[in-house]
Amino acid sequence: MSEVVSEKAGSPPAAPPAQPRAAGARPRRNRIKIAATAVLVLFLVLLPILVGSEVAYLKVAQYILIGAVGGIGLTLLVGQAGQLSLAHPFFLLVGAVSYAVLAGDPEESDDLVGLGLPPLLALVGAIVICGLIGLAFAPVAGRLRGIYLGVASLSLVFLGLWLGQSLEAFTGGTSSGRTPPTFELFGFPFSNAEPSPTLFGVAIEKQQRLWYLFLVLAAISYLLARGAVDSRIGRSWRAVRDNEAAATAMGVNVTRVKAGAFVISSAFAGLAGVMTALWLDLVKPDENEFTGSYSLTVSIAFLAIVIIGGLGSVPGAVVGAAVVFGLQQFFLLGANEFGWFADAEFGGLNAVVLSAFVYGAAVVLVVLFEPGGAAAVGRRLVARLSPSDIPSAPRGGRSTPGSEPERNDDDPTA
Amino acid sequence: MDLATFVQLFVNGLGKGAVYALLALGFVIIFKATEVVNFAHGSLVLVGGYVVYALKDTLGWPAAALVGIVSAALAGLILERGLLANARSADHNSLALLTIGVDVIITEEIVRRVGADIPFIGDPYDSQPIQLAGVTIFRTQAIALVVGAVLITAFFLAFRFSNWGVAMRAQAENKEAAALMGIRSSRVTATAWLVAGALAGVAVLFMATQDFSGAGLGRGTHAIALIAFPAAILGGLDSTAGAIVGGLIVGVTEALSSANVDFLPFLGPEFSKSAVFLVMLVVLVIRPSGLFGTKELSRV
Repeated sequence: MSEVVSEKAGSPPAAPPAQPRAAGARPRRNRIKIAATAVLVLFLVLLPILVGSEVAYLKVAQYILIGAVGGIGLTLLVGQAGQLSLAHPFFLLVGAVSYAVLAGDPEESDDLVGLGLPPLLALVGAIVICGLIGLAFAPVAGRLRGIYLGVASLSLVFLGLWLGQSLEAFTGGTSSGRTPPTFELFGFPFSNAEPSPTLFGVAIEKQQRLWYLFLVLAAISYLLARGAVDSRIGRSWRAVRDNEAAATAMGVNVTRVKAGAFVISSAFAGLAGVMTALWLDLVKPDENEFTGSYSLTVSIAFLAIVIIGGLGSVPGAVVGAAVVFGLQQFFLLGANEFGWFADAEFGGLNAVVLSAFVYGAAVVLVVLFEPGGAAAVGRRLVARLSPSDIPSAPRGGRSTPGSEPERNDDDPTA
Repeated sequence: MDLATFVQLFVNGLGKGAVYALLALGFVIIFKATEVVNFAHGSLVLVGGYVVYALKDTLGWPAAALVGIVSAALAGLILERGLLANARSADHNSLALLTIGVDVIITEEIVRRVGADIPFIGDPYDSQPIQLAGVTIFRTQAIALVVGAVLITAFFLAFRFSNWGVAMRAQAENKEAAALMGIRSSRVTATAWLVAGALAGVAVLFMATQDFSGAGLGRGTHAIALIAFPAAILGGLDSTAGAIVGGLIVGVTEALSSANVDFLPFLGPEFSKSAVFLVMLVVLVIRPSGLFGTKELSRV
């Protein structure tokens, strides 16, 4: 019954004659897909070898994965479940601080709380804590809609700012912060510890190890999100997004579904927070609400990731992360390594400003010309590459019968 | 807290509230006319402020202020005519997202232009407190209160009695019916943005001052403009009266809670900003559409 809703959500009703053709054409399309995926995975796995000793590039790539994990969480909430949230940086902060507290060495300092748990347990614990706080916010989230929810969620960012500065025993305070403990997996440290194995002549040291860790975490996040979207839970999200009354009538527990979406999104953000802590090698609360790692700017950046990628699209969120988080770090890298923007002719233009211009413009262009975002562009490209199995492509159809279920659609936020 | 301190905080809070009310009114006007939530309001504020900053040394403050207000109004108009009006196919939620993109660009550009200066633009009244029967009132807030009261009264009179106001209310009530009655939707929408921009241009004259927050023109001002969001939401996004009430509640809450920090130091310096949002959360949990907002009903 909820399938009815997901169909209504966007794809033109599957015309009966199209069914056999789609079934026959699928293997070929799948072959293209599998080949492309294999190339991508191979590239990502070999990236540390490709960049060699230029570890800075690896840092950029790591940061994109952080944006991807957080962006996936937000796209599920905003695009799939239709709940606007600006609270993502708050959950990032909670995740980062929870990890530092749970895994922190109790002996390290008298001023800081540390429970000394194994890092893997701390990582899971941080995700669980974020999920629980998301659950605590669910009564508010369940009652509000659209922009009301968006602004209400903004209050969490301010709460995070206040608590981050007040609870110095946990966060380390704004002046120095605290160092998150090194991540370890069954005794294998993600640091420069000896002995470092080599792969094709490249030593696998801290940054390489972190890259593989992030890659695995991002891959797990991606697969879980895709699984959720394609399953009953994703259908219930879209049902609630499209029409709460209709969803209720079809037996969807609206309150529970909304709360669930918020919890899951918060958990993703929490994981991104732990990754941020490991990436920065520092947990430090922001000094004000508009600049910093957990600030309003980051709220907007995550929203931009989701819009650019196409609301509700999991692969789109990864593309959005590459645009928003990737460009910023890439420009910063250029500034540090090659002295970009240093000349007076740039007039104070710097990496952060330039990347903000790019993603701000990208958001405007996406809304004006391609509301489906990168996901819609991607679908169209795939259609172009394999024209035979997509009869509706020339008419501008977004999706084909038998293709992946419809994700993003017309009415994203409200 | 003795009475004098309370009065002082309350009056200064009201002055801030008047500024928030001007901003929130802008949100509400735009929302009523178009159902678009304007995330770029903070950047309209910055446009007005930047023009004042750039011109006040050459033109003198009063002329610069006037040009600033006009610029902010025009920025609103250009944003609507140039971008939003050309995206008719997009629904109002997508347009709200579009304004986020615009906001990012304008804010970054102005922050970059201002550079490390972070100027204050309230020259004639900034940092000149008024002593009145043992109570210290910031001149900025006092003038803001008067200007706010005048503008808000003028707005409500126009909204109630002028042709423009009737057209606005008709469109807010039912867009199709208003169009059939010969009301030009594009003109109503454009003037809504114009008025909202002008109000933002007035608000910034008080926001980028020492008295108001100590935050000069820059990201700080932009962040203050965000506090107008809770003000508009508190009152109800589609209620003009709600915007005024919401603005005043936010202003007074902020002033009183920032004073409380002196008495309850464990709350920490950032508590006053959180307090505004906590008040808003409480109101929203009880009334999900704000104090005066229209309840959303769905036909089953």
